[in-house]
Amino acid sequence: MKPSPFTYHRPGTTEAAVGLLTELGTDAKVLAGGQSLVPLLNMRLAAPPHLVDINQLQELNYVRATGTSPDGAGPAVVVGAAARHADVERDPAAHQALPLLRRALRHVAHPTIRNRGTTVGSIVHADPAGEMTAVLALLDGSVELRSANGSRRVGAADFFVGPLESAAEPGELAVSATFPVPPGQTGTAWLEVARRHGDYAVCGVGALVTVDADHRVVGARAAYISVDTTPVVLDLLDAVGTGPADTADWSAAGRLAASTLRPDADIHATAEYRRHLAAVLTGRALTAAALDARGRGVNHHTGETEETA
Amino acid sequence: MTDIPADEPLHEVTVVVNGVPRAAAVPARRLLSDFLRHDLGLTGTHVGCEHGVCGACTVLVDGRPIRSCLQFAVMHDGAQVTTVEGCSSGDGGLGPVQQAFRDCHGLQCGFCTPGFVTTITAYLDENPQPSEDEAREAIAGNLCRCTGYQNIVASVLRAAELRGSTGEVAQ
Repeated sequence: MKPSPFTYHRPGTTEAAVGLLTELGTDAKVLAGGQSLVPLLNMRLAAPPHLVDINQLQELNYVRATGTSPDGAGPAVVVGAAARHADVERDPAAHQALPLLRRALRHVAHPTIRNRGTTVGSIVHADPAGEMTAVLALLDGSVELRSANGSRRVGAADFFVGPLESAAEPGELAVSATFPVPPGQTGTAWLEVARRHGDYAVCGVGALVTVDADHRVVGARAAYISVDTTPVVLDLLDAVGTGPADTADWSAAGRLAASTLRPDADIHATAEYRRHLAAVLTGRALTAAALDARGRGVNHHTGETEETA
Repeated sequence: MTDIPADEPLHEVTVVVNGVPRAAAVPARRLLSDFLRHDLGLTGTHVGCEHGVCGACTVLVDGRPIRSCLQFAVMHDGAQVTTVEGCSSGDGGLGPVQQAFRDCHGLQCGFCTPGFVTTITAYLDENPQPSEDEAREAIAGNLCRCTGYQNIVASVLRAAELRGSTGEVAQ
């Protein structure tokens, strides 16, 4: 058989799962979709003595677009730990509230992988090429971690510690991820370059542009994958300026990103090529996000958004 | 299988495969792909890379295509599984996707074909009339080293035609 032996646990409740994880500590790994963990087990790059299967936990199988996020802030999309990428991608209310989720998810591997892989699992896996890590970081989202000792919420800025390393400690279960809906009239875009669609990105960029009622730029941010050990978020407003969105120099933001990022070389691309991609994709993604912002009107009180584009 | 250490615990796993309940006692680490092939004798499902890249082992679980080499059988106790053997027509002849592969020369060595047939069967259930671009996108997660994909894309479109003409849907 491919993997080494392990003891299999299928707790019936989140409480039981958390209890098991706390009891087993570093000996246990959480088994959700398995699309990253099982290849590691098959290749015997990992051999945890215990696997705790959370796939049966229906109470964690949800995608919710809410007016008030669990941390008390504004509207958000909250994804439970047992929800598949495909569930998030197809959820109409989540798409209405945060179209960036579906836009980025279309780049996560292939539909067959998305049918099993979970969004929260990919965030906890913290792959530097994982699209949803950067989406969480770009939106300044958070992850709720639960252990037998209680619950804590970790913001994206603190959650991604290193390559394949998150702030989730042994004994903790990531029960949900919260993606806040950005305030104001905000558009988003996701662009990436990969050798083949669905492969790990050589460079990927998520962009977020906020405009005022006169369609002048008031916010411009981008998040990057595959250029560092963790997702990188850059505020690019200074490079773009606060002029009209239609005539904004988005390529200036690209130049700033290229001069700020410090990608490594690997067998897929040189560092210089990655910087080049970051510059070009930043310009294109911000342009697309600004166009998207034009098509979106926002009700600041309810956070209800409407996509007309 | 003879490779199970005597002291390794076994789990009784029951799945409904192509409409038939099947059960076996297997270790927790038995992959769903190996469960189907070794324990149930359903060798239509092929294993290529065994780490989720090639798509040859794709089966449908509760109607959705998944990589059976990236799942443990024990996780799917009670599930409905459709393998390539279940993609035949009601009378045991070729199903529309299988017939399309035959019509369009959509396979050469045939190793990857079971994964394509299951993937395309599920895809056409959701998108009965794909464009050529959509057909190509639908098979993007499956590798074939013989055909160059042209005839597989043609097979997707042909299968859509055949399904349209017979009104047949997957089990």
